Amino acid sequence: MNWDLFVQLLVNGLTVGSVYALIALGYTMVYGVLKLLNFAHGEVYMIGAFIGFGVLSLSGGAFELSISVVLLIALMFAAAMVGAGLLGVVIERFAYRPLRNAPRIAPLISALGVSFFLQASALLLFGAQFRSYDTYEYVDLTRGIHKGPLNISIVQILVILTALTLMVGLTVLVSRSRVGKAMRATAYDREAASMMGIDVDRVILVTFFIGSALAGAAGVMVGLVFFSINHTMGFVAGLKGFTAAVVGGIGSIPGAMLGGLTIGLAEAFSAGYISSTFQDLIVFSILVLVILVRPTGLLGKADIRKV
Amino acid sequence: MPQLPKDETQDVAGQPRIGVDDWVASKEGRTEGHAGALTPLREGLDRISGSARLAIVVALAAIFPLLTESDYLVRVGVNTLLFALLALGLNVVVGYAGLLDLGYIAFYGFGAYVYAVLSSSHFDVHLPTIVSVPVVVLASALLGLLLGLPSRRLVGDYLAIVSLFFAQIFVTLLVNSNRITPPWSDQAVDFTGGPNGIAELDSLGLFGWEADSITSLFYVALVVFTVVVVGLHFVSESRTGRAWRALREDPLAAEVMSMPINRLKLLAFAFGAGVAGLTGAVFAAVQEGVFPNNFSVTLLITIYAMVILGGVGSLTGVIIGAILITVLPEVLENPDQARLLFYGLVVLTLLARLRPWRRLAAVLTGTVAFGLVVHAVVGAVWSRGTAGAILEPTALTRWIDDWVLLPSSPRTIGNVAFVVLVAAVLGLTLLRGRRRLAALVPVLYLAAFVWENRLVDEPSITRILLLGALLVVLMNARPQGLLGTSRVEIV
Repeated sequence: MNWDLFVQLLVNGLTVGSVYALIALGYTMVYGVLKLLNFAHGEVYMIGAFIGFGVLSLSGGAFELSISVVLLIALMFAAAMVGAGLLGVVIERFAYRPLRNAPRIAPLISALGVSFFLQASALLLFGAQFRSYDTYEYVDLTRGIHKGPLNISIVQILVILTALTLMVGLTVLVSRSRVGKAMRATAYDREAASMMGIDVDRVILVTFFIGSALAGAAGVMVGLVFFSINHTMGFVAGLKGFTAAVVGGIGSIPGAMLGGLTIGLAEAFSAGYISSTFQDLIVFSILVLVILVRPTGLLGKADIRKV
Repeated sequence: MPQLPKDETQDVAGQPRIGVDDWVASKEGRTEGHAGALTPLREGLDRISGSARLAIVVALAAIFPLLTESDYLVRVGVNTLLFALLALGLNVVVGYAGLLDLGYIAFYGFGAYVYAVLSSSHFDVHLPTIVSVPVVVLASALLGLLLGLPSRRLVGDYLAIVSLFFAQIFVTLLVNSNRITPPWSDQAVDFTGGPNGIAELDSLGLFGWEADSITSLFYVALVVFTVVVVGLHFVSESRTGRAWRALREDPLAAEVMSMPINRLKLLAFAFGAGVAGLTGAVFAAVQEGVFPNNFSVTLLITIYAMVILGGVGSLTGVIIGAILITVLPEVLENPDQARLLFYGLVVLTLLARLRPWRRLAAVLTGTVAFGLVVHAVVGAVWSRGTAGAILEPTALTRWIDDWVLLPSSPRTIGNVAFVVLVAAVLGLTLLRGRRRLAALVPVLYLAAFVWENRLVDEPSITRILLLGALLVVLMNARPQGLLGTSRVEIV
């Protein structure tokens, strides 16, 4: 067996997987509190990537950087997270909140509309061409861990560590803080939560902000690792992120992380050992398989309904 | 089964009707006060019977190619018919059975490709239409049945995403199935022509007659359309149609009423897929070729917009939606017509929403005056702001030139204005009363500014923007569509 290839694919899978996990977290959190599939989530991630690119351009562009690299990357993440988070809040306030009590199909269609609107807006504002983060211009990609078969570039380390930090932070927030408690209560039973004096509308806004901010961070990560971004990048990533959320068990936060890593690793290994053209097909097969065998996902709880 | 007393099964004046909840049935009537201009339209349409409506549409469509010399317009007519067919098929799955099928576009593509394989030199198979079209319909319906299988266990959102994923996979397969080595042979076989698709297809024909011109294809499409509408009308009125609607309203209740819900779901999928496949075959024949990028998700959203705009579940509504959404983008292609459409729509919307008319007059004069003032001020202090001009001026545009700011190289400033406009429109929905009226004036002017400087030059992007916005606005304002009846939930 070729260990070099195996380790390389493992590293790639972990990198992509942490991006998917971050996107999946947004899906799973929103689904938890609203029982809504937020189709526009992939576009939020795309806008996050463009905000990161905007920060890069404002700091002089990749070739004539006027600020230090550490500051640049910190600014990218901060701006993308805040920008994407606010975008998520706006989407919730104007496209979903008026439909809170509508038939279930209405918010889904509205979400599709938002997704298309955002994609077309990005096309209008940024054009159809691919933009590049050109990470290799300001980060020395040969740096990192190189031991035997193990090759991790510094950017990949950064991405994996940032994703890990964000996930740990989120877990602590949800399990320890007051807001997290309110979120869990809202997810459990929205009506009962509001009767207990929880401002449900605010909790939902906070959920959207956090979920979208994570997607924004994921957008910057993809830009840093794979360089090129485009207005269509959100669609497929959104699909994969949702798949990750479902595989892990929708509504479950550790499930989304596990699902993201599963999908990332499956994709990397199928690209390495089978064929990169059919990696979407393999991810799709995993989704169908999980749904058929265990509809609640790997870590999800069965939804018991009594009528 | 005990017999009901006879008088209870009949409509007797003053007595409640069996099977109709009067409170629900009269709900529309009670809220009519603010239903706006659509109610008379719907009532007028209701007065014409279904068959008369169909006859009018078909008769109008039939004389359409005689009125125009241009092949292009006939082609637009064919597209409209094809879109209407697609919307009708989708209406079965989404409108009747309430299943959110986002893989619908794949059935359309599948039908087109099966037709292409059966009637081209790709495998050197040239089946006559009378064989190939039924094969296409059956194959698509079978695929629909197969992909409907997950709907047995998946509901709502899960079904939506799995089927959306399927649509995505379908295009991937089309692009990559050009060098597959089947297990029974050693040679790679090109199934789909890869990214280049399959071209030079046979035309549709029957007993020696061949549809070789676009006009004859238009009539073929019209015949297919008529057959499908009549067929769907009967299906919708049948036992199965009623069962589908029951399934849509409440799957659990339907199941308790001993309806075979899984079989009904599969049947809806198969029906929708069959119609989509049939449309795909006609489309392939019209285009004389099939290519993977014909079946993108954008098309799917367009069809959804048609079904939803017209009114989910209403045949007439879906057809009107299809006509509106196919014809409007054609109008957008020409800047002059697009301009008329834009200002016309703005004024119409204001006309419908602003009462009494004094307010409307105030807002319109306010906007015109506001624009003139802004134009004068900016022209005096920033010469670049009015340096641009509309190419090929007409009487209307010369007037606009003196009203809307047209900076030279408007790209960046237009982009900023677009973002501000979106924010402003959203903000406008939060305001009430006089403040909203006051804020409306600058927002209208800003909209005109963005339109003239940015959107008029990008018809394809504008189309998608408008479609997306339409879906959101419609869901917020009128979820049942133009001609649908609103659903009443009794808890």
